[in-house]
Parts: sequence; structure tokens; C-alpha cells
Amino acid sequence: MFKSPAKLFQLAITLLACAFLLIPTLQSALAGVTVNYFRGVSSGLTFKWIIEVWALYSGSIFLSIGLALACLVCTLIIGVPAAYALARNPGRLSRMLEEFISLPLAIPGLALALALLQLYGGWREFRMSWTFILVGHVLYTLPFMVRSVMSVLAAIDLKTLEEGAASLGAPSHRRFLDIVVPNALPGILAGALTVVTLSIGEFNLTWMLHTPFLKTLPVGLADSYASMRLEIASAYTLIFFAMIVPLLLAMQWATARAQRIMS
Amino acid sequence: MTSRTFAQLCLLPLAIFTLTFLALPLARLILASGEGEFGWGIYLKILQTPRYYATLLQTVIISVAVTIAALGISTTAGLFLVRNRFMGRGVLLSILTLPLAFPGVVVGFMIILLGGRQGLVNQILPGHWVFAYSAFGLFLGYLYFSIPRVLLTVMAAAEKIDPALEEAALTLGAPSHRVVLDVILPALAPAMIAAGAIAFATAMGAFGTAFTLATNIDVLPMVIYTEFTLSANIAMAAALSVVLGVITWVLLLIARSFSGATIAAGG
Amino acid sequence: MTLSLTNTAKTYADGTRALRSTNLDVAQGEIISLLGPSGCGKSTLLRIIAGLETPDEGAKLLFNGEDFTQIPVEKRKVGMVFQSYALFPNMSVRGNIGYGLKMQKLSKTEINTRVDEVIELCRLEPYATRSITALSGGQRQRVALARAFAPRPRLLLLDEPLSALDAALRGQLRDELAQLLRSFGITAIFVTHDQDEAMAIADRVAVMSHGEITQIGTPEALYRAPKSEFVARFIGAAMPLGRHIQADTMYFETSTLKLPAPAAGKTAFVRAEDVRLDDNSPLRAKVMSVTFLGTHYRIALEGLAPDPVFALHSALSAPKVGDTVGVAIDPAAILMLPAEKKAA
Repeated sequence: MFKSPAKLFQLAITLLACAFLLIPTLQSALAGVTVNYFRGVSSGLTFKWIIEVWALYSGSIFLSIGLALACLVCTLIIGVPAAYALARNPGRLSRMLEEFISLPLAIPGLALALALLQLYGGWREFRMSWTFILVGHVLYTLPFMVRSVMSVLAAIDLKTLEEGAASLGAPSHRRFLDIVVPNALPGILAGALTVVTLSIGEFNLTWMLHTPFLKTLPVGLADSYASMRLEIASAYTLIFFAMIVPLLLAMQWATARAQRIMS
Repeated sequence: MTSRTFAQLCLLPLAIFTLTFLALPLARLILASGEGEFGWGIYLKILQTPRYYATLLQTVIISVAVTIAALGISTTAGLFLVRNRFMGRGVLLSILTLPLAFPGVVVGFMIILLGGRQGLVNQILPGHWVFAYSAFGLFLGYLYFSIPRVLLTVMAAAEKIDPALEEAALTLGAPSHRVVLDVILPALAPAMIAAGAIAFATAMGAFGTAFTLATNIDVLPMVIYTEFTLSANIAMAAALSVVLGVITWVLLLIARSFSGATIAAGG
Repeated sequence: MTLSLTNTAKTYADGTRALRSTNLDVAQGEIISLLGPSGCGKSTLLRIIAGLETPDEGAKLLFNGEDFTQIPVEKRKVGMVFQSYALFPNMSVRGNIGYGLKMQKLSKTEINTRVDEVIELCRLEPYATRSITALSGGQRQRVALARAFAPRPRLLLLDEPLSALDAALRGQLRDELAQLLRSFGITAIFVTHDQDEAMAIADRVAVMSHGEITQIGTPEALYRAPKSEFVARFIGAAMPLGRHIQADTMYFETSTLKLPAPAAGKTAFVRAEDVRLDDNSPLRAKVMSVTFLGTHYRIALEGLAPDPVFALHSALSAPKVGDTVGVAIDPAAILMLPAEKKAA
């Protein structure tokens, strides 16, 4: 079916790009279970690196999962009502506010982390606590939750649905719980998966905010890349892939689903 | 409680959080940049100090190269994937979007696996093919996470192009390469500008990849990091952060005005 | 009077006068239609009654003598059927119908009993457990009505309840809606831009134009005795007739017509159904176009007024374009209205 030279060229570029992105991930997966990567697969396959990574870094992995869940709770509590309020009162002020909370998407994490350190770095209890990292993660993931929910709310005729509920005697908070939240669920789900995926993988902010006692998964990864043998670094990367890839696929599925509902 | 009061109540948590952890810290950062020995002249100092402006220039050059390469590759692949249905298309699409969730450090490691001392290329080809720690390695790393971002933006726009436009051009006698030039690329232009701005801004601000590759090439985020941690030159780190933040923010604002895409500038 | 509105007006923030000072009284059990072209303020008036819009200062809304101007929508006990129906997609048909009862904090059994009752009344039994997205337009319309009616509202408000349906279904559901509203025995106000709908359903019709009620009355009264050119044109599409009137004689291009009473200074209107072709009549007109409409022909005639006048002609054949024909108009069918200032 790909007869024309132009099509073949396009196919070649696509396959090359795929190879560029996929080959190192496969290498890393393979290296993580190979006895000696330098000698190649012929040296035999083993789980010993993965077990070693678990012994060294399981704390980081659990810290990241815990942080991601805490981050999810925060973005739900802050983001969902805010998305509703912004969707319900569209206007210059709402757009400006949305633009402002989206700044962490545009400004490099490094700059944000510096800003947080400048203001709160001197407050020792906070600086040393895991909540300091949590603040960074919420800052970075919140716009995704807000926008994901807002885009679903913008697609349904929220105003009329709410008027319908009001004419049936529902006060504001009941309208929010009975009408807004259930109808925004696809957006909330897509937003939630995005928040968890991004939080588990966040490095730029976290690297600046972490303490020697609070290393998240990506911080541990950087640590292993710098100081461990290639097999351990690869095994750790493999564990990370095993966590992040299903999340990413779920996130893409949920986002596509939310968009289908919107159209 | 009126619905107006309720809406204001809904915004309250966001307002408190954003004020405390975004507005005030950013204000502090800007103030901090003016508290050094040069005062507000520090921004002029960036342009007068060869090390800083050379870094700025170098970061811009690498980012421009990455943007052009990512646009070329992703537009070609994206158009191909949108306009052809075949077995395995879904798999290719998944592979091409996978790195979206990879932190910059992992991308850096991927480049080490490709072009490091024990890297694939060095194993296959005779001689010393170690490029992971050079400017080319950095370029490849940035390209690695830019391809998916550009691809998604371009594909979203390509799917919205009315196939009738292309058919109309063909019925009018245009050969297929003219159709691409006259119909498809103009229709994709806004998305490509947006995707380019996203790729450029992401490359400008990327820290994790440069950090892992521990390259000899100075890029702006690495200089900010070393100013802050090694030299404890807080004012300069803050000033460079402000400059970097303003550049990426303005670029993404341009991107948004062209396509409304929401893709994080991480990496 | 069940419902009484005094001095009700609405000016939007941008200065648009959507509704001029309006008074309206509605009797218990009466069905009132607000009829008018789009932008005439009919929906605004309905939304003010519902509590979805706040009227300008000075308005007074009474229900059985009790002032409810300041009561928010959720406490007004009005049922509303929305133009888009606004059915909750996250709830089933039963869930939608029971929602208002749930808001009244009734017990589960009370809610179920009432929902069953309303479902039966609206003949929705086969769809009760379906999701909203699985319903056709006509079914959605009935669910919307059932949902609004279930909580026993004091007043039922309907905003263009049939306009979301296609033309064929609209005619059928119009009669069904009229029947259901009568069987409810509820005071109802409904907004429409379709005069057939208003005539078929309402006891009284309020014709609105430019933010005002121009005339209110039974459908017969509006049709037979319109008080203004706007009402005459809007209800039954009356057309201006004649060149001018002197004393009791109407002058055409080539002939005259004796009127029953002197009518100088007034404007005459006639409806197409009152214009007959009659070869014996001295009144002559030229045929401009002939359209075959199945049961009759619609014929445009030149020479009876500055604009073409249409005649409905029921016969097996019609005159040809260009023919000169005789036209008979019963002087009693001519509507005499005060002349309005307009570009002739």
C-alpha cells in the first residue's frame, strides 16, 4: 500500500523516529536484567539488579507514590471547585486567573523551585518536611487538573443544567455535588491520571526542593545514574517504566475518552 | 447562600494556594535578583558578562536546532500517521508519545545508553563514538522529548483538516507534492508555530537532561543551578531564572494564542 | 389572581432594554402563552418569573398575594421546562424525575410513589430506567415535562418546549402537550414564537413585541380583533389592503369598495383566506404568481395594495400568471386598524 516514494519516505522517517525513541528504552530494560551489560546478554539474565534496586531505593519509590497520591488529593480539593467557578463565570478575570495558575507550565521548574526556596527556605520545619516537595508538585500539576475539568465543563451546557436543578429546588452546593461533579467525572479522571503521572516523574522542581532524607523516585534515578553501575541504573529505570507506562497509557485513554464526550 | 457566594467559596482554596506558593515566591524571586551587588543593573550585567550571554546564545542555538529537527520529523510522521490506517499504527503512535511522561533525567540516561561510553553506537561501530556528553548528545536528548510534544500538536491539527480540501486541490489538477505545499502545510501552519514554540521553550528550560549528561556545554538552566548551589550567587541565579522564565512564558503564550495546546514544558 | 406581575422590567448591564415595564395577571389553572418573534422579551419575562433573572428595581411579583420578588429560584416552587430540556445526563429517567422530590427531602417511598404516578401520567413507563442519552427528542421532551411537574410546583413554566424537535414531531407533540397540561390542571406559562402552538395550547395568548406585551386575549379575540398592525400581521399573517380610504370607501388602482362604516385615517388589513377569486366581482387584480400547495393554490395578486396581496384558492385549476381576475372580499372580514407611522 505504500507504493509512492513520498509515502515510503514518510514511513522511513516515522520508523526512524520510533527506533530513536524505543531502542534506548529496550536497551535499558535489557540492561536491567542482564548479568553483565558490557559482555552482553550472553552473560545471562538475572533479577539480582532489580532486587538490589529494591533494597536501595524502595523508600524513594514509596515516597513518590505517597507524594503522587497526596498531590492528587490536593489538586482535587483545590482544582475541581476552582475549575467549576472559572467555567461558571467566564470573563477577563477568570482568563487572567487561569493564565496565572498556568505559569508553572511555562516557567522552568528550576526557576519555580528557586522562588519557593527564596521565600520559604529559611523556615526549617517546612523546608525539611515532605510537604515542601508536595507544594512544588501541586503547583506544577494543578493547572492540568483545572484545565482538564474546565474543558469538560465548557463542553456541556453547564448553565442550563444548573438552572434546571435550581428550578427543582437544589441549592448551590447540591447543584455542585449532584450535577457538576458527576458530569465532570471524565475530565476529573483524565486530570487525576495526568496529575499522578506527572507527579511520579517530576524531577526539575523536586531536585531543588528535596533533602538527603527525602529522595523521590526520579531523584533516586539521577542518583543512580551518577553513582551506580549501569545495570543498577537500568534496573531502576525499568522499575520506573513499569510504573509510568501503564499510567501514561491510562492517561491517554482517559483524555481521549473525555474528548469524545466533549464532541 | 447565593450562587455567587458559592462560586467565590469554590475559588478560595485556589486563591490561597496560588497567592502563598506562586505569587509571593515569584515576587520574592524578582526582588532577590535586584538584591545583589549590582542592584537592578544585574540584568545589564548578564549581557556584559561573556560567560552568561555566551550561555544564553548557546542555549538559544541548541533550542532552535531542536525545534527545527523536531518540527521536520514530527510533522512528517504525524501527517503519515493521520492519513494512513494500517496494522501497527497504534503501536507506532504509542511509541512516539511514550516519552511524554519521562522526566529529563531518564531522557538523559537514554542518550547515555545510545551514545555513552558503553553505548549502543560505540559498541556497534568501530572507533570512539561517544557523543552523549557533547552538544550533539544534548541536542539528541532535547529532540527525544520534543518529538512527542510536537507530534501530538501537529496531529491534532492535521485531523481537523477537511479531506475535501485536499480532494478539491486534486480535482483541480494539483500534483500531490503541490497539495502538501499549497493546502496541507498552510492549514498546519498555526499548529506548527505553536508546536515550535512549545519545543523551543521546553528546550530552553530543560534541566534534567543536561544535569544527567553532565555535559561540558553550558546551557542556561545548568548555569542557574551552579550559580545557586556552587557559587551561592543568589542574585545572579534569580536574575537568570527571571530571564529564562520570561522567555519561555512569552513563547508559550504565543503558542497558546495559535493553538490553545496544553503541553507541559518539562524535561 | 394566582400570579400577578407589576412594573416588571429588565435592563441588562450593557444597557439593553430586554423587557419594558410589564404587568401580567394569570388566574388559577390558566394556561398563558407568551408569543412573539425572537428578541421580543418573552424568554426574559419567563426567566424573571422563574427567578433565573433579577428584574429591575420596582418590580413586584405576587403569588396568591404573597410577594416572591426576592425569593431565589430554588425556593420558588416553580417547575421549568427548558428549551434544551436540561436533563441531567448523569441520571436515569427516574433519577431526573425524582430529583426535585429528593430536594424536598421526602422519604424514599414518597418519592417512588410520586415518580411512578408522574411516569404513568406522562406515559413514560417503558423508558423509566433508561439513561437520558438513550431517548428520542420527543421522549426527552416528556421527561422534561414530567421532571418539572413531579415536585408539585405552584406554577409550570415552559420555554419553547417544542422548538428542539423536528417539524413533523412538533405538530404531534403540540396536541399531546396541550392535553397533558389540561390533565395536570396546573397554572402554566409557556413561551413560543409559533402562533399555531400558542393557539393550540393556551387559554390566553400574550403577544409580545419590542419588550412589551402589545395585546393579551383568547386566541379567537386576537385573531378576530387585533388591536394593532403588529398583532394582525403576526397572528394569521394579515396583509395591508387598498391604496387609501376616504369616508366609507376604499380606493384601489382601478376600482373601489364600499366599507360598512366610515374608516378615514385607518389602515385596512385582510387575510389570505378572506380573499376569494370571483369573476363576477367588479374588483380586478392581476395574477403575479401561482403556487400549488396541495389542498389549495396560493395566488399573489397585483393591484389591490402597494404590496402583493395573497389569495387562497381552492379549486381544481388556477388562473395563469398575467391573467386579470375578479376578486371578492367580504367587507366584514376587513380589519380596520389605527394607522401606524411607517415608511409606506
